[in-house]
Amino acid sequence: MRVFLLLLMLFAAPVVSLAPMPALAVQPDEVLDDPALEARARALSTGLRCVVCRNESIDESNADLARDMRIILRERLVAGDTDAQAVQFLVDRYGEYVLLNPQRDGVNLILWVAAPVLLLLGLGVAAMAVRRRARPEEPLSDAEKARLKEILRE
Amino acid sequence: MIVELGHYALILAFALSLIQSVVPLVGAHKGWGDWMAVANPLASAQFALIALSFAALTWAFVTSDFSVALVVDNSHTAKPMIYKISGVWGNHEGSLLLWVLILVLFGACAAWFGGNLPATLQARVLAVQGSIGAAFMAFTIFTSNPFTRMTFPPFDGSDLNPLLQDPGLAFHPPFLYLGYVGLSMAFSFAVAALIEGRVDAAWGRWVRPWTLAAWVFLTIGIALGSWWAYYELGWGGFWFWDPVENASFMPWLFATALLHSAIVVEKRETLKAWTILLAILGFGFSLLGTFIVRSGLLTSVHAFASDPERGVWILIIFAFFMGVALTLFAWRSSAMESKGVFATVSRESAVLLNNVLLAVSSFVIFVGTMWPLVAEMFFDRVLSVGPPFFNAAFTPFMVALAIVLPVGAVLPWKRGNVLKAARSMWGVAVLAVVMGALVWVMQTGGSIMAPIGVVLGVWVVVGALNDLWQRTGRGVFTGRIRRITRLPRADWGKATSHAGLGVTIFAIAAMLGWETEDIRVAHIGQSFVHEGYTLTLTDVRRVEGPNYISTMGFVDVTRDGRMVAELTPEKRVYPAAGMPTTEAAIDYGFFRDVYLALGDPQEGGGWALRTYIKPFANWLWAGCILMALGGLISLSDRRFRVAAGARSTPGIATPAE
Repeated sequence: MRVFLLLLMLFAAPVVSLAPMPALAVQPDEVLDDPALEARARALSTGLRCVVCRNESIDESNADLARDMRIILRERLVAGDTDAQAVQFLVDRYGEYVLLNPQRDGVNLILWVAAPVLLLLGLGVAAMAVRRRARPEEPLSDAEKARLKEILRE
Repeated sequence: MIVELGHYALILAFALSLIQSVVPLVGAHKGWGDWMAVANPLASAQFALIALSFAALTWAFVTSDFSVALVVDNSHTAKPMIYKISGVWGNHEGSLLLWVLILVLFGACAAWFGGNLPATLQARVLAVQGSIGAAFMAFTIFTSNPFTRMTFPPFDGSDLNPLLQDPGLAFHPPFLYLGYVGLSMAFSFAVAALIEGRVDAAWGRWVRPWTLAAWVFLTIGIALGSWWAYYELGWGGFWFWDPVENASFMPWLFATALLHSAIVVEKRETLKAWTILLAILGFGFSLLGTFIVRSGLLTSVHAFASDPERGVWILIIFAFFMGVALTLFAWRSSAMESKGVFATVSRESAVLLNNVLLAVSSFVIFVGTMWPLVAEMFFDRVLSVGPPFFNAAFTPFMVALAIVLPVGAVLPWKRGNVLKAARSMWGVAVLAVVMGALVWVMQTGGSIMAPIGVVLGVWVVVGALNDLWQRTGRGVFTGRIRRITRLPRADWGKATSHAGLGVTIFAIAAMLGWETEDIRVAHIGQSFVHEGYTLTLTDVRRVEGPNYISTMGFVDVTRDGRMVAELTPEKRVYPAAGMPTTEAAIDYGFFRDVYLALGDPQEGGGWALRTYIKPFANWLWAGCILMALGGLISLSDRRFRVAAGARSTPGIATPAE
């Protein structure tokens, strides 16, 4: 019981995210002059995770760090990086954690093949069930045939 | 004193639930009628006690009794009354009490309306329901007591998390819980049937309305949560594939599957074992969802009242109930002999395909949600699985489902003919493709997503109407029109729900494909044009609310010189909680929403302002409402009222249509 009380005291305080004052996600001063570059930056930033937030992309987040990451991303694009290079730059800096779209390598392949494999499995099980139920109804036995004839004659 | 009464009632209910989970079970096993009969009054008494307990806690919140720790942490005297009440479940302890309240309410319903069930089945159902209640009441009493008093009561509370001070969120958790916990009924029936070793049409007829009710609540709950995220989080997203959202979506997918397969059990007495498994897994995912939400194990934007240590207890409860139920299933499911045979092309097969798609897509979401945890624990890789993965992995399932749905819905039971079904669907398919092509030609640039959404949406909606039309048989037009009005409500419910899904699919595609955005520094008095709308920031003022201070922008929106709306996007600060929130201003329209969010003042003067035009946003939630409405229409079908009322002897099987 003491353990519970202790836990209660420890966790009685509400756990809320201590977000800094909200700025808006993408600030007007961040927007690049070149619309094509800006579009690329926006598309990329929806796939990058803000590392201090609770599950938000840097495109959505109001945190200062997300702003820094957006600015870094744009700097790389302006410097002439390809999309992949710009993203790799952020991955090198903050780790694989920033990728909302998990890499398709190593054990992550399990994740990526999960959907098709599970689907095939499910369809296989269902097909077996259908086949079992769908076997044709057994032909009538001789006795039944005779009885049927009798009924029809009446 | 009232608070102690509430606490006492909770403990008493726990004691009763222990009795309820053992005595009727023994009674049913030994055939002792008086032991079985104990279950009914116990279930009613538990409901009365928990209701009393919940009322006591509500009373503490309403009167701002700051000697109660929970009230101190989650309330404030200046808070509006509705949020004082919703504050009861806006926290871990209170929301658990709500969970338990709904659980015992469902248990009591099985006692009150279950008089026509076989006595042993009812006793076993109530015993299983009682044991779930016992587990959660123990969890509440021993780890999350909502009635703990303070030694030194403060003068005022520290307020409810401001994000939760919103009408949408006042109703979102109760609906979600009604859905989650409603699935416990299907679970109890499934486990009781496994113990009993028998499943028949009467069982299906009983499980179906309960599942349907739970599904309706879950649908409304999820839609409310999504709508709330849309206007509150400030960038107009409505679904983020966040762990907490997934936690509510997985049981929904299972409930949807169960809903359909229960029909097969009821009408055709086949797919029995499969339906039982779905019922068990559906509630399992509800428990898992509760665990994910309560534990905060996975970081989420929506985690408001999480606590890892106590979450472990929910995991133990989950493991216990799933372990027992699945063991029972492995042991007894072979006893569930199917009566009906069906051909490869038949309504049964179509429902089976629906079930496979829904269940597998739910498992895919499960794998994606848990993968970061698995990868970190076993492979030492700290990574994220976000929307890009879920969109890629989940969307194909829904597309497949939407394509199959209208055809499967018109296939006859037992044995069907694809060509015959296709003949009636031919016109619908052409219409859908033509509409999609038209939209594709008309839109300039833009993604292929929206036209595909149009094709699928039209296909499903018109397909649902076609389904109704086919049900009227042959004959002259006027005769068919007359007959369509006399179709059973279950048919109308089916068509309405299916059409709702079509509307939602279309709306999601349209919104994602056609949304436009404008980010700029708006100066007071200067106008700018976005998508044909002229927007003018006329003023930014400081406004004081009851328990917050707001920076409110005033924006005039005009189109072709006509005033459309005056919108007031806000940024609020709640001093008691020390937290800021953004309050988007939205002009809701039939074809589009104009969505404004105010940012910070800029150094060179002016304010950051984001403008979105969100096409067909309202259709998304309208579609969800249609789905829920279809469920309600189906629930009001005469068959359920008659069947659930007087006769449900296994002998009377519903004739196959």
